[in-house]
Amino acid sequence: MNEIVEGFIEAIRLIVTLDPEVLEITVRSLVISLIATVLSAAVSIPLGSLLYLREFPGKGAVIGVIQTLYSLPTVIAGLFIFLLLSNAGPFGFLRLLFTPAGMVIAQTVLILPITTGLTIAALSGIGREVRDTLLSLGATEYQSILAILGEARFAICSALLLGFGRAISEVGAAMIVGGNIRGQTRILTTAISLETSIGNFSLSIALGIILLLLALGVNLSLALLGRWHH
Amino acid sequence: MMKPKIVFLLLACLVTALLVSGCVQQKAALRIATTTSLYDTGLLEEIERAYEEKTGTDLLITSQGSGKAIELARRGDVDLLLIHSPPEETAFMSAEDGLYHRCFAYNYFLLLGPPEDPADIKNLTAIGAFARLHQLGRSGNPDVRFVSRGDLSGTHHAEIRIWRSAGFNYTSDVQGSGRWYIETGKGMGESLQVANEKDAYILADTGTYLAFRSKLRLVPVIASDEELLNRYSAIVINPGRHQGTNDEDAKEFVNWLLSEEGKEILTSFGGDAYGAPLFTPLEEGICESEPFSCTCSLIP
Repeated sequence: MNEIVEGFIEAIRLIVTLDPEVLEITVRSLVISLIATVLSAAVSIPLGSLLYLREFPGKGAVIGVIQTLYSLPTVIAGLFIFLLLSNAGPFGFLRLLFTPAGMVIAQTVLILPITTGLTIAALSGIGREVRDTLLSLGATEYQSILAILGEARFAICSALLLGFGRAISEVGAAMIVGGNIRGQTRILTTAISLETSIGNFSLSIALGIILLLLALGVNLSLALLGRWHH
Repeated sequence: MMKPKIVFLLLACLVTALLVSGCVQQKAALRIATTTSLYDTGLLEEIERAYEEKTGTDLLITSQGSGKAIELARRGDVDLLLIHSPPEETAFMSAEDGLYHRCFAYNYFLLLGPPEDPADIKNLTAIGAFARLHQLGRSGNPDVRFVSRGDLSGTHHAEIRIWRSAGFNYTSDVQGSGRWYIETGKGMGESLQVANEKDAYILADTGTYLAFRSKLRLVPVIASDEELLNRYSAIVINPGRHQGTNDEDAKEFVNWLLSEEGKEILTSFGGDAYGAPLFTPLEEGICESEPFSCTCSLIP
């Protein structure tokens, strides 16, 4: 139990003193997961809109696959990307293994099903009659999609937040693809894993608290952005 | 909705990040895969500091357990392998995945157990102790349990070797021979905690034990038996088999590790944090003979 109390004290100390190594790890965690979230948004919003709007044979199966991939284990996502990026793999020549860019790719693949699936769900929540009304009022199809996306923005934002949450909290893929290299690819979760295996429990808990504060910061910024937008 | 401008800005950040990470790779960098027991002591961070300061070569160290470390080396994803599993080292070299093989340090595994020593093995040799643990465990003595890493790590391989030396067939006589033999499939630290919770015996490396000592009830029951020898080696990956691996910098690093300067760090490491040095560097003239039987001369 002591470790938990010490963890909180340690977290406060690390934050107040701006410990350079912890700061570096925190910033790296944030940047990698934010980029992964933005990339997956850039893919999943158009892809989700397309899947929602277009009717085609096998649509149900495609959505079923996407929803199944919500459960993709992080280690398996990491292993898959590792095998592609490894020196012996097809993309080994890119030299992306053990780099932050490789970790961005792994996290993007990991959260893409969630952001895509929940974008479809968000759009479905708006209902088809809104689109029909828009089209009957003379909107082009593109304008109608934008309008529906606008209506669904809160649900889509929460889909992206969930994706971000999965990205920043996962350790399996980051460990395999990033390698937890000090000063290069060490992020909060892999550092927590390392400190726990060395027995520095209070430091692990402190880093966990910092991770949650980071998530809180991202949530608040998004909420503020939403308010400022109105 | 998300403003296109913001998306554009973030994408610009991504491209910059990709370019920067690409540039970092251009600097002389040596990729090292290591077993966790070596990394978790903090030794490699100290070596990293000293070596980077001296040579400017960037050491990229990834520590993920012996099995994974060997696999990374076998795929050419790293330039150098640090390992403590002699049979696997031999196999690695005979598959021509390695160019040079040098042992550089050693210490001893410890057989830890409850302070009351319920199996009464503290005066036995390691082999004798293992035989007795097996006998008591199989006969259903409720106070005798053994926790194994069960993850084919260097420490697990050492444990398997001792079971074999004690005359057992590991897979048929030990694994699955009863509830007394507990396989965690986890790292050393986690396994130590399991053994501690269960009041079990466990084979551990010195470094992890010392790091966890304050959290453990278990104490060393048998130490510095020759059977418990733990030898650490470095293997330079063969660029002939794995294109693009950096054997030049790997060779230079190994030679530095074997130099007086490297030995000095190995000898002094651990005194402050653990109260006693954790590693003994291997010297030429000693390492070639039993029980080490390895090469520790500079790479030509």
